[in-house]
Amino acid sequence: MTDIVHHIPDHLLLSYASGSLPQPFALVVAAHVSMCDECRARLEAHESVGGMVLEDSDQIIVSDDAKSRLMARLDDAMETQPIYDRSGIFPAPVMQALNGLPPKWKSLGMGARQSILDESAEGSVRLLYIPPGQAVPDHGHNGLELTMVLQGAFSDETGRYGAGDVEVADADLEHTPMAEEGEPCICLAATDASLRFNAWVPRMLQPFFRI
Amino acid sequence: MLAVRDERDRQAFAQLFDFFAPRLKGFIMRSGVTSAEAEDIVQDVMLSVWRKASSFDPHRAQVSSWVYQIARNRQVDVLRKTRRPVPEELKQETTTDVDSVQIIALEQEASKLRDALATLSDDQREMVEKAYLGELSHSEIQAETGLPLGTIKSRIRLGLERLRHELKGTRQS
Repeated sequence: MTDIVHHIPDHLLLSYASGSLPQPFALVVAAHVSMCDECRARLEAHESVGGMVLEDSDQIIVSDDAKSRLMARLDDAMETQPIYDRSGIFPAPVMQALNGLPPKWKSLGMGARQSILDESAEGSVRLLYIPPGQAVPDHGHNGLELTMVLQGAFSDETGRYGAGDVEVADADLEHTPMAEEGEPCICLAATDASLRFNAWVPRMLQPFFRI
Repeated sequence: MLAVRDERDRQAFAQLFDFFAPRLKGFIMRSGVTSAEAEDIVQDVMLSVWRKASSFDPHRAQVSSWVYQIARNRQVDVLRKTRRPVPEELKQETTTDVDSVQIIALEQEASKLRDALATLSDDQREMVEKAYLGELSHSEIQAETGLPLGTIKSRIRLGLERLRHELKGTRQS
């Protein structure tokens, strides 16, 4: 285990626990909690409050029929869903998003690559591959962006992020993440809006690369 | 719950159902689904409780928080029609050793939390319910300063100590 310095903030953990967090961010939270005992303990604490809200919630009578149908189903065979394990640098929830397959990288130019895992009206989540010592183009965001490092490290105006760390960037942050020398930096990045690149060429390419 | 987990006791499971099903139904119907749809989800959640009972660890969770988590997962899956990303499960050693000190500490922590929730004003209480029922977005939760997030601090410490204790053996490599 490496030392994780940058964690998931409480409002995002609570939102994940309650189910209201959009899917792209939920994947980053699940991936981080897979690697971070502290955030797992914080998530479990939120779930214990959730359990108390459940215990106190208004009761609505459930039909006897529903109960007897359920009791009759206890011995039914389970539908098997594929279960993915962690593979290399990718925690199990990322492997699930990859359907157990290696990422399909697409070039972004200058050696940088991406693999889109999910894209919908809620936002998008992708893997990013940035060669050592190279910058991700200077960009801001229209909304929230969560970036979790899976391999290598990057630094920007807000600090250094190593494996397991999560950077939380909102619309106000203009930053220039730079991959460290050494290993290529591989990140899991989720956003609820398309990134706004400041440089002219990437902006032109934005519709093409869907970033 | 332990009778369900260790002895596959159907009578005990029926009692769990009687306690949780009406609460789950009330909880699920707040999201606007019909009574029949809610009952379907309640059945799915309780079936998962039966099937996943072996992963229930009384050293780390109250029964209600474990059921809450299963219910949220199921509801998100149904609403979004995709599988919700969930964290890796910890590789548990197959020991059935019971550390009653830890279980009692967790129980005490839970009653402290309950007391803290009971002292909230009606407005705060309403906010807590909305937040944990999934009716507030992450930015609304962030903006809502009335949420007593500080009250869970000692529960976090207790959980973290337990995780570190459990993982001591498994993460040597």
